[in-house]
Amino acid sequence: MSRWLAYAHRLSGIALAVFLPVHFWVLSRALELDAFLAWTEQPAVKLAEWGLVTLLALHLAGGLRVLALEFLPWRNWAKGLAAGAAAFALAAGLAFALAL
Amino acid sequence: MSARSETLLWVAQRASAGLLALCVTVHLATILYAVQGGLTGAEILGRTRGNPAWAAFYTMFVLAAAVHAPIGLRTVLAEWFGWRGRARDFALIAFAVVLAGLGLRAVSTVFA
Amino acid sequence: MSATLRVKVWRGGADGAFQEFEVPRRESQTVLDVVTHIQRALDPTLAYRYACRVGMCGSCAMTVNGAARWTCRTHVDKVANKGELTIAPLRNLPVIRDLVTDMREFFDKWARAAGQFRGARTRADDFARVSPQSAERVQADAAIECIGCAVCYASCDVLARLPEYLGPAALNRAWTLVNDVRDAAQAERLRAVAGDAGSLSCHTHMSCTERCPKNISPTAGIAGLKRAVARAALAGEL
Repeated sequence: MSRWLAYAHRLSGIALAVFLPVHFWVLSRALELDAFLAWTEQPAVKLAEWGLVTLLALHLAGGLRVLALEFLPWRNWAKGLAAGAAAFALAAGLAFALAL
Repeated sequence: MSARSETLLWVAQRASAGLLALCVTVHLATILYAVQGGLTGAEILGRTRGNPAWAAFYTMFVLAAAVHAPIGLRTVLAEWFGWRGRARDFALIAFAVVLAGLGLRAVSTVFA
Repeated sequence: MSATLRVKVWRGGADGAFQEFEVPRRESQTVLDVVTHIQRALDPTLAYRYACRVGMCGSCAMTVNGAARWTCRTHVDKVANKGELTIAPLRNLPVIRDLVTDMREFFDKWARAAGQFRGARTRADDFARVSPQSAERVQADAAIECIGCAVCYASCDVLARLPEYLGPAALNRAWTLVNDVRDAAQAERLRAVAGDAGSLSCHTHMSCTERCPKNISPTAGIAGLKRAVARAALAGEL
């Protein structure tokens, strides 16, 4: 489980690193925000948004797991952190989907 | 790169990670709240323009991300693409500058 | 329970292939029993290692159905999917022949990680007094039972991408010595485990911890090394 979460953590990190400059660039054009927001109503865009939020939650959860393993004293529940992280990411994705 | 420099990069990565964990949590919660009941451009900008607290928060967020993302990519480039050495590091510094630049410009647009 | 097992065994060197054998199935049979039967009754040219056959020496470690295990402690019932077994040599190590790997690099890395004790006292000095309950000793004790079987090393994903990585066993050993208050080579040891090939390259996949037959957690020890190395770097001591 830990190994798959680690790969998901890495892939989501790459995706976010690619997305972030685009996100910043779009925000800089806030003057045309209404036109842009209209465009984001499309279902494909909503799906992409959901994907990004889930990737962000996944990367956050995976990252917290790394910080816990590297800085907190070792306990047996450390082995369950990967499953916990995946569950958190799924929950966040679900929350976003429901809020849409 | 020396062991000492590698270690300091590792420390910077973990430090920025801790900061980002806080920023991302706040950001995710804020977005989830904002998305309820739709948003218009005016609505968003109405809340953010001229707000120094949020401006400071997002400035910190941008700078932490500009440190964290390149260091993360550095490992990926080495392990999955076999790219190591000076050229890679310069490319990543450039990426960090671009990220910080775009990010701070976005912050000033949305919060100034 | 079927009467026979279909067993695929790796033959040859790195560019070898799997050979199939049919082995009679018995009660309480271990994977080592299966390999031994093949070599004694079916094909005497099969090369493999074992010694104690009771789970104490770690010599019989091999890849069984994709996972590194001690074959003498692996019951066939536990791993045989539908009466089939695939047995290969340990990963991340050069293959000498069939199921035998070259362990030299594995042990060389112990040395490169400063995995030897270096004392400062002489016979003229008094005994060192180390309380077993002290924080450092508890940490060291949790990791010293390693017998160098290389199951963790064979399970490590980082090694597949970074062959010079010191690996979980060597770093675990270094960790036990970092926690040995009698050791005089701490500065040198931290330098040895810092950098590209050292503890910082561990990505906490935890395959080592998952597979260690002695229930040691190299991940925990490596995390400790990361912290120790970071402290030294920040204090300008690295």
